Amino acid sequence: MSVNVYIPTPFRHLVGNRANVRAAGVTVRDIIDDLDRQYPGFRAQLVDSSGRRARHINIYVNQVEIENLADEATELHEGDEVAVIPALAGGAPTVLTPEMVERYSRHIIMPQVGSAGQRKIIESRVLIIGAGGLGSPVALYLALAGVGTIGIVDFDVVDRSNLQRQILHQTDDIGKPKVQSARETLLAHNPNIEVVTHETPITSDNAMEIISQYDIVVNGADNFATRYLVNDACYLLKKPLVDGSILMFDGQATTYLPGKGCYRCLYPAPPPPGMVPSCAEAGVLGAMCATIGSIQATEVLKLILEIGEPLVNRLLLYDALTLEFRIVKIRRDPNCPLCGDNPTIHELIDYEAFCGAPTPHAAAPFGG
Amino acid sequence: MTSTATPTVSVRLTAVLQKLTGGQKTIEASGRTVAEVFDDIEARYPGFKAQVYGPDGKPHRFVNIYLNDEDIRYTGGIDTALKAGDVLDILPALAGGQ
Repeated sequence: MSVNVYIPTPFRHLVGNRANVRAAGVTVRDIIDDLDRQYPGFRAQLVDSSGRRARHINIYVNQVEIENLADEATELHEGDEVAVIPALAGGAPTVLTPEMVERYSRHIIMPQVGSAGQRKIIESRVLIIGAGGLGSPVALYLALAGVGTIGIVDFDVVDRSNLQRQILHQTDDIGKPKVQSARETLLAHNPNIEVVTHETPITSDNAMEIISQYDIVVNGADNFATRYLVNDACYLLKKPLVDGSILMFDGQATTYLPGKGCYRCLYPAPPPPGMVPSCAEAGVLGAMCATIGSIQATEVLKLILEIGEPLVNRLLLYDALTLEFRIVKIRRDPNCPLCGDNPTIHELIDYEAFCGAPTPHAAAPFGG
Repeated sequence: MTSTATPTVSVRLTAVLQKLTGGQKTIEASGRTVAEVFDDIEARYPGFKAQVYGPDGKPHRFVNIYLNDEDIRYTGGIDTALKAGDVLDILPALAGGQ
C-alpha cells in the first residue's frame, strides 16, 4: 500500500523539488524508511543526534499529529495523507487545523483536491474587482472555499437598489461602504480567511500596485473603462483574469491567460458612450449574477488547483430566457495592440478617454 | 438545391437587440453572405443595420458576429459565404457586473 506524503519547502530539495511524493508501508515508520530508500538522507533530516525524531519536526496523518496517535507505529490506510512539517522561524507552512479539516472535508475528500489542493486554496490570493452583482457570489464562494486572501476593490456604498442581487449586502448595510459590508459578510462565513479592502476606484494610477499583490483577478466591473483597464493591467503583470458580465437576461464568461488572448482580442474597441446600456439603465435578472459569478468562482478554483480545462479561448454565453448555454471561440488576435505580435500598448492609458466620457442619460439604442 | 438558391439561416439575438424584432430571439433570414442576410433583416426590421454597423459601413468593433461558433472576423467578415442551416449570433459586448 502506498500513501501520499506532503513535503514542505525546506525538504523538497531532497525529493526532486516535489511537494507530494508517494511512499509505501503500513505504518508511519515504514513510510519514513521507504522515503529514505527512495531519497537517501531523508531520515537524517528528521532525527536529532540521538537518532530520535527531532522535536521541531511534526508528522501528521490526515492532519493529526502522530504523537496523538501511535507515533511512528501509527497504522496507515489507503488514501491517508502523511505530512512532515518542521517548525519554521519564518512562518510555518499551511497546516490544516482540525476545524479546517472538518470545514473543507467535502473538498479534501475529492482526489482532485485533497489536503494538498486545499492548502493551495488557502495559500492563494485572489482580487475581485467590484463587490456588486458578480463580485458578491464570487467572493462568497471563494471565501467558503477557503481562499486565504481575498482582495476587494470597490468605492461605492450599499444602496437599496443593490439588494435585489448583491448577496454580500443586507438591508442593514445600506449606506455602508461596500468593501466593509463585504468584509463583514465574508468573515462571518469563514473567519479563517483574510479580506483586504481597497476602498477606491481602480485607476491607471493604482491598478498595477493593487493587482501585483494577487495571484488571480476576477472581473465584476460595471463599465467598459474598468474592463479595459483591468484587462491591460492583468496582461502587463502576467496575471490570469477571470471575466464575467451580465445584462438583462444575458451573461458572458471567459478566462484570459496572459499570451492566450485578451479582452481587446474579443472586443477591440468599446461602444460609443450610451450605445450599450448598463444594468442600471436596462436592468438585470438578479439570479443571473449567481450563474455567471459561480462559473467565475469555479474557474478561479480550477486555476488554483491546476485541474480541468479552464474557459480559455472560449466565451461562454448564457441566455436565461431560453436557458441555453453556448460556447464560441476566442482567438488571440495577432494585431491586438496589447497582446498581439507588435503591441503598441506597453503601459496603462487613460481609459475614460479611450471609452469616451460617460453619458448616463444618453439614449441607449441597444437597450432602448 | 441549385447553386443559385439563396440560403436561409437562423440569426440569434441577445436580449438587448430583441427590441428591434419585437422580442423575437431567433429570426430566419436569407442571403448568400452575412452582409446579404443583414440586408434582408433590415428590410423587415428597419434600423437593424444602424445598430450593428458603424458609420464606416462595417460592423461595430464592440459587436461580435459568430457563424456557428466562429468569429466572422476570421472567416471573411461580412462577406463570409453562408449555407442553408447556418446559425449567426450577434453579440454586443456587455459591461454589466454590478
